[in-house]
Amino acid sequence: MTAVSADQRQQLAYVATQAADARLNVEIETEGMTLNIGPQHPATHGTLRLVARLDGEQVVEAEPIMGYMHRGYEKLAEVRTYPQVTTLINRIDWLGSFANEVPFILAAEKLMEVEAPPRAQWIRTVLFELSRIANITLFLGDMAVQLGALTPVFMAFRDREFVLNQIEAATGGRFHPNFDRIGGLKDDLPQGWIDDTKQTMEKMRDFCDEFEELVLGNEIFQARSRGIGIVPAEVGLAYGLSGANIRASGVDWDLRRDGHEALAYDQVDWKVWTHPDGDSFARYWVRLQETREATHIVDQLLDGLPSGPIMAKVPRIIKVPAGEAYAATENPLGEMGYYVVSKGDLVPFRVKIRSASFSNISITPWLLKGVYVPDIITILASLYFILGDIDR
Amino acid sequence: MTAATVMSGLLAVEVPYWASAIIKVGVVALVVPTAALVLGYVFLLKMMSFMQSRLGPMEAGPYGTLQLLADGLKFIQKEDIFPAKADRTVFALAPLVVLVSTFLIYVVIPTGPDAVVAQLDVGIFYALAVSSLSVVGILMAGWASANKYALMGGLRAAGQLIAYELPLVLAVMGVVIQAGTLDLQKIVTAQAEGEIFGWGGIGNPFILTQFVGFFIFLVAVQAETTQPPFDMPVAESEIVGGYQVEYTGFRFLFFFMGEFGTAFAFAALAAVLFLGGWALPWGDLTHWGFNIAGPVIMLVKVLAVAALIFWFRFTYPRLREDQLQRLAWKFLIPLSLVNIVVTGIFKVVL
Repeated sequence: MTAVSADQRQQLAYVATQAADARLNVEIETEGMTLNIGPQHPATHGTLRLVARLDGEQVVEAEPIMGYMHRGYEKLAEVRTYPQVTTLINRIDWLGSFANEVPFILAAEKLMEVEAPPRAQWIRTVLFELSRIANITLFLGDMAVQLGALTPVFMAFRDREFVLNQIEAATGGRFHPNFDRIGGLKDDLPQGWIDDTKQTMEKMRDFCDEFEELVLGNEIFQARSRGIGIVPAEVGLAYGLSGANIRASGVDWDLRRDGHEALAYDQVDWKVWTHPDGDSFARYWVRLQETREATHIVDQLLDGLPSGPIMAKVPRIIKVPAGEAYAATENPLGEMGYYVVSKGDLVPFRVKIRSASFSNISITPWLLKGVYVPDIITILASLYFILGDIDR
Repeated sequence: MTAATVMSGLLAVEVPYWASAIIKVGVVALVVPTAALVLGYVFLLKMMSFMQSRLGPMEAGPYGTLQLLADGLKFIQKEDIFPAKADRTVFALAPLVVLVSTFLIYVVIPTGPDAVVAQLDVGIFYALAVSSLSVVGILMAGWASANKYALMGGLRAAGQLIAYELPLVLAVMGVVIQAGTLDLQKIVTAQAEGEIFGWGGIGNPFILTQFVGFFIFLVAVQAETTQPPFDMPVAESEIVGGYQVEYTGFRFLFFFMGEFGTAFAFAALAAVLFLGGWALPWGDLTHWGFNIAGPVIMLVKVLAVAALIFWFRFTYPRLREDQLQRLAWKFLIPLSLVNIVVTGIFKVVL
């Protein structure tokens, strides 16, 4: 590439701004109304911006604009040692933090060719499912509040607290555990934790039953969410949807069952829930069933927890051999994967984060065409994204 | 309640017109904010909190009773902000228009044989007419804010309030046919002295014979006061407060008082129309003691109706605007017409 002088660069920048202004003017001159939903809007739970061209209350075109919360984790990870990276990536999906650590650790373990002992794998899976429950519980309340019902979100916060307490008891961190280590876990479980967790799972099952009646059984909730934001299976796959969003479209695909990662899911008896409709109601329904299923998974894992060490033999100073590895797991929001490239240093050479929400939100321009303004909120809420998971 | 009439009745003192007018204005001006405070505290702060497994405010005053006063003081201290592109006059007037329409409803609500500010022959007609003035204020607010969210909220409110005026009026028609009068005072007496198919043990509170009308009235009130499940004009998760989005400080306080004051007024209307108002079915209705007991009886009934209204508010999600219109035009209005026809037939036959 030829060198560009300062003058030329300034000229290029000027042309670029002119072109941007021209594009903007064309947009303003169109008929109808351009409504800027966000970056500060209660329905975008974070700083997502949605530029919607409206005709009355009907959306002609809507485009999500992201990046208001970009924190540069991929770059930051390049200057941190492998154990330090987990502190960062805890903050990607802040509602189910422990689940963020697992795929990265698994990728690093692949490169180092170590495998965590069985007990560590099982506890990892338990905590993974607990963070799924902690995450999706909040969704169950949040979508109701987006639809105007004030009460469920408080119940969700109330009962999520029990799960957070268990996570805190085991890891020491309510939101950001930073508990997973290459080759195992930081600590073993504290005394009495297993019984407490089983009681908590009982409470969470009650919570799911309550919400099934309170929210899913509500006529207005059904009227607002059934047939709204239908994602056909092939469109969803083409946009790279994952997690409950694609399962709600009838695609029976779950990385916990279909992935190749060394977690303990093959040891328990559980079911992947799907729904044929693909609308907002289906997405809520699938998530609710998954939460209940997760409590059963936790119960079974705790029953059969193997004894043994929780840490494999790993050098004190972790140097990861040169190579590339990708590990993906079924996180609360969908498929989350880390592509780790190592040059044999203390720090990763490059980390590519594949986060679920980034792909899940990319379908919104397709999905929002022709819907009414209130349905924007329903659809955004039901797609369930977390801003940290979009912008990283 | 006119203290003036009560006093003149008790003490046999003639109160001059100007004095009684001032007392009447003072009473209404005192009752509206108090009503808004009571409803706000009992239901918005406490009942809602208990339903959501929290305590609500506990610090300001015993059990947080003074919380709303503290909030009001805070609102008054705030800077009076006008958006740069707002139509300043209209923007400033809009909350007043809403509040005035609330005040006007209170004028005709009777709380005792003499305890009423103005006994009009067309009382209920007047109350429903002035209550729909608030839509003008809301449209003004939505338009003058120069904000897209506010405009959408204003338009939604206009469409909704107009759609729900009809079932509201038609629901009241059943009561009017049964009582044979538009005068709220006479509607109260008709209920206390009435009888259900010849049995007059508890009078005839119209909720028993007009239960369809009561149901339609409550739904329409819910929409009229823009409360969930019909709170689309202010839907905070969609249009971030709608027509209120640009309002701060005491102008926002006016909207708040208007909202709760109107809720109280409609609960009072429902109590008068369907629950027998200030009267009990026993005793001499012209006895002066009802001027003292009436407001208390009335308050109990109003709080009962308001509890229903707010219970819906905290429980249900929000409908979509088109679903609401469909509910109004395709369900509530035909139902209330049928109700009128049936009531008319019974009135003629019996």
